[in-house]
Amino acid sequence: MIAAAVALGALALALAWPVPVALSRAEWPVRSPATALVLWQGIALGGGLSMIGALLAFGASPAGSLSGAADALIPVIAAGPIPEGFGVVHLAALTLAVGLAVHLALNLATTAVRAERARRRQHRLIDLLASPASASTGARVLAHPVPAAYCVPGLRTATVITDGLVDLLDDDELRAVVGHERAHLDQLHHLVLLAFRAWHAALPWFPIANRAERSVAMLTEMLADDAPRRRVGVEPLRTALLRVGSSGASAAYSDSPTASAASDERVLERRLARLEADLHPLDPRARSATWLLATAIVAVPVCVLAAIAA
Amino acid sequence: MEQLWMGDSALTANEVRDRLAAASAPGRAPATTTVLTVLSRLERKGFVGRSRDTRPHRYSALLSRAEHTAELMHEVLSASSDRDAALARFVGTVSAGEANTLRRLLDDLVRH
Repeated sequence: MIAAAVALGALALALAWPVPVALSRAEWPVRSPATALVLWQGIALGGGLSMIGALLAFGASPAGSLSGAADALIPVIAAGPIPEGFGVVHLAALTLAVGLAVHLALNLATTAVRAERARRRQHRLIDLLASPASASTGARVLAHPVPAAYCVPGLRTATVITDGLVDLLDDDELRAVVGHERAHLDQLHHLVLLAFRAWHAALPWFPIANRAERSVAMLTEMLADDAPRRRVGVEPLRTALLRVGSSGASAAYSDSPTASAASDERVLERRLARLEADLHPLDPRARSATWLLATAIVAVPVCVLAAIAA
Repeated sequence: MEQLWMGDSALTANEVRDRLAAASAPGRAPATTTVLTVLSRLERKGFVGRSRDTRPHRYSALLSRAEHTAELMHEVLSASSDRDAALARFVGTVSAGEANTLRRLLDDLVRH
């Protein structure tokens, strides 16, 4: 039991600090963003599982197994006394494990509910204000001079562009922009982002959560760039990015121009650099190895917990 | 239905129905009760106001279409994490300095 706790603790520490730092600094994710996204998800899920698992394994160690600890502790949870062998540290570890699990789950739920509410409001306003989907692009058009494009993900989706954008861009560029937003919707990027946003919201003091969220957001943007790049070509996408970025009107709307704008700028810079560089994706063997690694990161804590369950 | 609600002055439900009937094909005009249901739903959502001093009640739009659009764009473009979670923008917030750099890049690109 103690060995399992130590092993899970070591894995949790590795996934909480050196591994995400290395991944967010690595160069290859830009080449194969989908593979990198899978690895990020593995790290987040495996990290959470092993952190909670390590606390559970340590807390349950006096009973020899997780179910044994549950049998020993649950009947006396309200009345006491603390069973033979359990110390305060063990109970603290168990409490922390349960608390952490509940905290993460609740945060995921509230983030999801809040996003859903914002989306429903968006749909209501779009239905009211935007013109119906245009035949050429399939996007809905808002009468507003600021060039902007965005999509509302979820069960019901919408891609919205503004008059300002239609004026600013030519047809190919518009197709590239709409293709980018469509890719976000088709590839369900909002679900991936939601998990990392919730993680960040749950652990705001944890620098890695912030770093992970930003990396993941950038990778989804790059993935969404790849779809129109194949269909419309690199040039329209690049000029569209430059034109929309340099219109600069969105800066006037920014509530908090500091951290978020700076990271948005970096994302834009790296997207442009990536389009220019015409990178080769990772070779298939490296990609398979990364997928395997991501699976292993999640499978190891699950197997360890299963082994000590009974 | 909402297009008409963007009309000029405050209207009663009956007037709304008449305008709708004039705008739609013959035989497709909605009943006054339908109009009232929709109006009260819009009122609940905060799009429509109702003045209760007269009878029948008169309904009016709280904000013009342009004001609603401006509000919507402000929500979409402002860099708040809440909205980021719900939407995906093509380009995030960009500062003035960065915008200048991009403009230069674009000029180079177009010239070549």
